[in-house]
Amino acid sequence: MWKFLHRLASPPHFYRIAINLIPWFAMPGLLLLAYGTYAGLFVAPADYQQGDAFRIIYVHVPAAYLSMMAYMIMAVSAGIGLIWRMKLAHAVAAAVAPLGASFTFLALATGSIWGRPMWGTWWEWGDPRLTSELVLLFLYFGYMALRNSIDDTSKADRASAVLAMVGAVNVPIIHFSVEWWSSLHQGSTLVRKGGPAMDAAMLYPLLAMIFGFTLVFGALLLRRLRAEVLFRERRKRWVRDLILSGNGKR
Amino acid sequence: MTIQDEQLPDISTGLLALIVRDVSLAVKRPGDVLNPLFFFAMVAALFPLVIGPGTEQLQSIGPGVLWVAALLATLLSLNSLFLSDHEDGSLEQMLVSPVPLAALALGKSAAHWLSSGLPLVLVSPVIAMTYQLSLSVTGVLMLTLLLGTISLSLLGSVGAALTVGLHRGTALLSLLILPLAMPVLIFGARTVSLVAAGDGVAGGLYFLGAYVLLMLSIAPFATAAALRISNE
Repeated sequence: MWKFLHRLASPPHFYRIAINLIPWFAMPGLLLLAYGTYAGLFVAPADYQQGDAFRIIYVHVPAAYLSMMAYMIMAVSAGIGLIWRMKLAHAVAAAVAPLGASFTFLALATGSIWGRPMWGTWWEWGDPRLTSELVLLFLYFGYMALRNSIDDTSKADRASAVLAMVGAVNVPIIHFSVEWWSSLHQGSTLVRKGGPAMDAAMLYPLLAMIFGFTLVFGALLLRRLRAEVLFRERRKRWVRDLILSGNGKR
Repeated sequence: MTIQDEQLPDISTGLLALIVRDVSLAVKRPGDVLNPLFFFAMVAALFPLVIGPGTEQLQSIGPGVLWVAALLATLLSLNSLFLSDHEDGSLEQMLVSPVPLAALALGKSAAHWLSSGLPLVLVSPVIAMTYQLSLSVTGVLMLTLLLGTISLSLLGSVGAALTVGLHRGTALLSLLILPLAMPVLIFGARTVSLVAAGDGVAGGLYFLGAYVLLMLSIAPFATAAALRISNE
């Protein structure tokens, strides 16, 4: 087990292993997404209060959860890279940031579209979760901007790692300080005492979407990470050998 | 004389020396202290001009406007926190100094607060008066600014250390610090608004105080790490 992890941390091995891992994430992920989309749109009954508008949660909830998950992955791997000087960990942080920003944007866009029929407005500052997602998007932008403005990769890695860790300490505080406002957002129906307050016909597609999103996110991350590793190691011998052997696809 | 015999400066001496140096530098260049203050006053003066002079309206937006203006003014002065030290080489002397770098980072934040945060707090009642805020509300505003600007000086030093020596560092610094400063801004402004509406003041001040402690325990170390990274 340790040996496997140790090998995974070395860029050439990771590059070879990742290509075999991607289908294991992508295939079940896409299947779950297909089921979730179909069941969410056609099988699940309309909500008795929100009508068909509620169906946007099948995209909104997974995107919102992944937007925060991605920040955690970014901060933890940045910390690992800073403390143990692991190159691959820095590459993970670099690869996950744009993904996290995209899912944050998706959560914001779907939340805003949902808000139109529900609150009668595209944007509602009184909603703490939507507002803290917006702040999260700015945190991602700051992180990526800092990374882009430092030319030296190793320096950019460590400087942005400090920022990600300071940010990770602040994210919960930002969340709760925004929540201090009067809340418009509907309470969590999924994670609460006494199990989810949701009909099974609505719940299963949502769970399928959450797991599907997570798996596809994993596949996308692995793909981005491969490209990142290849770019970072572009002056290394193994990359040259890989290209000269005409086996660049593997 | 061996190295062990030499008297190493202890932490508090180094810290104090740095604070005295930075504050006297600020006093000798009054523009550095005054410009953010003028900026603060001008931003606050813009709002009544564009929104209209109604007393009730001014009273309701006053706390928020003053807080935003204070945050922006602090950002303006943070930009130069490590700039002159970086240019004249004294930053490198700090990096090789026997005094722990985190202590020196704390000293830089403290000096920054003395020369930018504290003047803001002292000027704020004058601006608050033009917004027709009552005396008690002004007092609370000063208290929240007092605690909040300490946090901002500490938090901002991390951003300033990360961006020192970068091109276009100013815009980047704002992008890094503004989202992180959100809790201070929200609690600072909302506490004042709640007091104006007749609510208690303790909760907000406790939060701001707790945030100062959190920043005191994180920011100097993060700033030191960032300084080492950006100066190699």
